[in-house]
Amino acid sequence: MTGQLTTGQLNASELEKIRADFPILSRTVRDSRPLVYLDSGATSQRPRQVLDAERAFLEQHNAAVHRGAHQLAEEATDAYESARARIAAFVGAEPDEVVFTKNATEAINLVAYALSNSAVAGGAAERFALAPGDEIVITEMEHHANLVPWQELCRRTGAVLRWYQVTDDGRLDLDSLELSERTKVVAFTHQSNVMGTVPPVAELVRRARAVGALTVLDACQSVPHTPVDFAALDVDFAAFSGHKMLGPSGVGVLYGRRELLEALPPFLTGGSMIEIVKMEGSTYAPPPQRFEAGVPMTSQAVGLGAAVDYLSAIGMERVAAHEYALTEQALTGLSEIDGVRIIGPSDCVDRGGAVSFMIGDVHAHDAGQVLDDLGIAVRASHHCAWPLHRRFGIAASVRASFAVYNTPAEIDALLAGVQEVRRFFRVPA
Amino acid sequence: MKLEQMYQEIILDHYRHPHRSGLREPFDAESYQINPTCGDEVTLRVALDGDRVADVSYDAIGCSISQAATSVLTDLVVGRTVAESATTMDAFMEMVQSRGKVEPDEKVLEDAVAFAGVSQYPSRVKCALLGWMAFKDAVGRAEAGSSNNGAQRTEAQ
Repeated sequence: MTGQLTTGQLNASELEKIRADFPILSRTVRDSRPLVYLDSGATSQRPRQVLDAERAFLEQHNAAVHRGAHQLAEEATDAYESARARIAAFVGAEPDEVVFTKNATEAINLVAYALSNSAVAGGAAERFALAPGDEIVITEMEHHANLVPWQELCRRTGAVLRWYQVTDDGRLDLDSLELSERTKVVAFTHQSNVMGTVPPVAELVRRARAVGALTVLDACQSVPHTPVDFAALDVDFAAFSGHKMLGPSGVGVLYGRRELLEALPPFLTGGSMIEIVKMEGSTYAPPPQRFEAGVPMTSQAVGLGAAVDYLSAIGMERVAAHEYALTEQALTGLSEIDGVRIIGPSDCVDRGGAVSFMIGDVHAHDAGQVLDDLGIAVRASHHCAWPLHRRFGIAASVRASFAVYNTPAEIDALLAGVQEVRRFFRVPA
Repeated sequence: MKLEQMYQEIILDHYRHPHRSGLREPFDAESYQINPTCGDEVTLRVALDGDRVADVSYDAIGCSISQAATSVLTDLVVGRTVAESATTMDAFMEMVQSRGKVEPDEKVLEDAVAFAGVSQYPSRVKCALLGWMAFKDAVGRAEAGSSNNGAQRTEAQ
């Protein structure tokens, strides 16, 4: 994701071997066209190793975790907790700092609701309570999942939402906002899901710390594509989804600094997350169990553990180097096509593999339709970042997003597809 | 290739040269509709003359399918009665939601039969219906307005 990562790329035979692990990549679509899957930013495909891990768990070890004393219950709990430990290690966290959620959206909502629950929780949680006039700061490039939960938190508490603006070339404008003593939360993406932009995390964390604000990192688009170490980034909370990192849907992760999770009240309540329950009231388990109410997803957590093993076996530095090369190829190729406008940085500095663009005045839906007809799967919408699109004066864009299994030939197919869109809709040169 | 079946020349013609576009006065009701998945939007006005659709004007941002569908819509409803328009709308909706299973009636749908190919692409059905949803809503408002403000309308006539 940075300009230095150009070594250690995957060679052609390694790439071929990786692709062979993903059964879906060998299918055809739309009149026998080979699938060119460039929508991993929405959801990634899963290798056999992940599918096998889920199936093996369900066929051999399935039981409700953290309850029951029978052998299957023990095995299921071990598999679930082993997955947690490996996922934690993958992102520079301790196991008890990793909370399993349904997805990243739920993880961010968990933080937002736990913060507003702090107002009535008493004890150590009181320091998290927000008051009218407090500020929550986000950025203009956020996915709706890191925007709407904060709007709602403001509505519940009387806090005020403010945001860093985005420059014309898709970078964060750090001069557009000053944090203040009233700033309680600074939430931002680790990589824009539209533009690929990687904001200056260290600087944002430094500014937040200086005013005593909590930091929340949306790491959905970074964890699948580059080495990430939450402890080294020094963020307070972070969220990511399993299905964007070769893992199953229905499982996501909230990372929280241990002392913060220990002090926060729960979001969802019920079974599993309790310490003592009496008719008059209850006390709650330590984290991470406090934030995992009910019987959790199990085969999905096990599958995500397998996905982390799979990525680790390749090596995240090499994953990043490979995707960097694909991104550079796409940006160079697109910038050479008349009428193409890239939304976001047109160079590879501090930028990941999500490339959004417009082709003349062809609507993204229409462009996506022509690409789909060629077997090329891209996203054509506002990509759940509507305010960002509005900032660039457009309703929607075409987004190609890459993963470890994509090839240079697929980027060539995309570029040829863009030419076909121009021809079909008669975009002037 | 299915692509040409969906993007028929008649659709691309309407897209490039939309009929009756722009917002006009006078009108009886206005509707604003949006497609939340892509951000496409249309503001559409209806002017009624008794039970007839006297004018439909609109301002829209959207893909070729939504733009062309709204343009064709105006051809099909302006000058017709509200009841005839409703029949046409029902036929159009049935066609585009049919996944290709309904043979469109050209006598009712005229140019709009060109949108039969859209029914093969479920994600585009909403595009084809955006303008129609606005028309339906605006007519409903206009009719509600006329019964609420009957005296005023009579006066205006």
